[in-house]
Amino acid sequence: MASKEYLLKTSPKDLLIRFPYLHAFFAGQTIQLEGKHSLSLQEIIQEIDETGLEDNAFDAENFLNQLQEFIEQMQAFMGQSKNVVDSLTILPGTDKSGTPESFDQLVFEKSKITSIVGPTGSGKSRLLADIEWVAQGDTPTSRTILINGEKPSTDWRFASGKKLVAQLSQNMNFVMDLSVIEFLELHARSRMIANETVVIQRIIDAANDLAGEKFSANTPITALSGGQSRALMIADTAMLSSSPVVLIDEIENAGIDRKKALQLLIGEEKVVLMATHDPILALMADQRIVIKNGGILKVIKTSEEEKNMLSVLEEADRKLQLLRGKLRSGELIAGFDQEKTSKK
Amino acid sequence: MNLITISGPPSSGKTAVIIKTAETLMQRGVKIGAVKFDCLHTDDDIAYEKAGIPVKKGLSGSLCPDHYFVSNIEAVLEWGLKEGFDVLVSESAGLCNRCSPYIKEIKAVCVIDNLSGINTPKKIGPMLRMADIVVITKGDIVSQAEREVFAARVHSVNPAAIVMNINGLTGQGAYELSTLLFNDKHHVDSLKGRKLRFSMPSALCSYCLGETRIGESYQMGNVRKINLEDN
Repeated sequence: MASKEYLLKTSPKDLLIRFPYLHAFFAGQTIQLEGKHSLSLQEIIQEIDETGLEDNAFDAENFLNQLQEFIEQMQAFMGQSKNVVDSLTILPGTDKSGTPESFDQLVFEKSKITSIVGPTGSGKSRLLADIEWVAQGDTPTSRTILINGEKPSTDWRFASGKKLVAQLSQNMNFVMDLSVIEFLELHARSRMIANETVVIQRIIDAANDLAGEKFSANTPITALSGGQSRALMIADTAMLSSSPVVLIDEIENAGIDRKKALQLLIGEEKVVLMATHDPILALMADQRIVIKNGGILKVIKTSEEEKNMLSVLEEADRKLQLLRGKLRSGELIAGFDQEKTSKK
Repeated sequence: MNLITISGPPSSGKTAVIIKTAETLMQRGVKIGAVKFDCLHTDDDIAYEKAGIPVKKGLSGSLCPDHYFVSNIEAVLEWGLKEGFDVLVSESAGLCNRCSPYIKEIKAVCVIDNLSGINTPKKIGPMLRMADIVVITKGDIVSQAEREVFAARVHSVNPAAIVMNINGLTGQGAYELSTLLFNDKHHVDSLKGRKLRFSMPSALCSYCLGETRIGESYQMGNVRKINLEDN
């Protein structure tokens, strides 16, 4: 643990040698710290006169506290082996009327998909909030969330950069003015991962595999089509997000291979939760939960019969996609019935 | 009574976050009141009233809004005590991003939004750097990656803060924030002698006093010149 005395008498250069991640912290400061190689922090701070301190809104005491805190948190973060989450368990609470939920416990395992169904306002947001907050009987539903079957540490609530849930929804957009590669570099750096270039290439390849139309690493992210954006978001969340749980709010049925998208997330050992009313997506899940009046009403395991239904639906979907493709390339739609009969 | 100071850049979602959080407190029988500080105009008092939250508003007009805040917060606290609130929230916009109206030992929350750009955390001064809790809003419309990068930038300028994502439209996360804000064992009866977490800017030149003419001879007091020389 670095004492304040030690920090003060050391130069930013030497601090960077010992704590390389301090680049991010120094870069966030209003006063220039890197570059003044020989001076100690104390000397740098003393060099700034009162006007300079005021101009930069710099408070030495607060700066030191934050510096110490940052180093402490990063040391803890580096020391951790990966935050492995093998399963999430929900212990029942009550619905909006106070009626107890009827399941004993509900387990979401990694590499498994659970779909969530129920009308708008039925309590999907509340369920997600319970998971995000790692509820311990202290939310309106009184549910309890366990991680790997145990009472989780409060880090999941409070530690920055350690969020349990990543979200993917239909109305999300890229807003940064960057190319795909710059964007991924930025994300990779914020996560401080070691093999940056390899991971970035994997993400671009995976996203191109999901999207119908290919894009290059130099395409601006805001110029990607809807399907390409979604594909990049999914690949990035699968491979670069620190969160072990991914919540998907529908995946549109255009410009992206939804089955591959889910397989990608599963392959990266995510716990996948998916709010959807699309029967194809819902049946791809291993189980689905039905939400009503703020509570979990039912848990349904996807049966063999339903899995069989899935292949029928997928076939119908494939035909619709085919028609869409024909429409796009200017062909006539006639002949759909014939195709159906000829297959029989 | 608890006093909570909430600030953040204009349109970052402060009012929405406060109202959603207040609603969850009111459901638990906590009596809450609010004061909105702004510069020229605000309609937020109407939003508070609609939500059933007693509200006062203060417009600083030609004065620096943060100076106006410090000169009035004591009277505002007295109003809250007289009304018998359990929680009094003061909301103010950080108009030039430099200052913060945070008071030592009084809970301070900064609200910023994902759409404001990833360099924004660095541009914001003590308002972000000295907050106890940082609430990030508008996460529902940007990508997961942008949320993570933005949160990492916030963390690099204020590692000590608790960082939370709240959706001001659905209120997701507001209940959780309320549990961090309200403490029935904590009471603030007076602010006399308390200190701001950071000093206000020095600004005393002829333009502060109403001068409108441009030119060297009209400039008096604390005046500084831009450096336009080649480096």
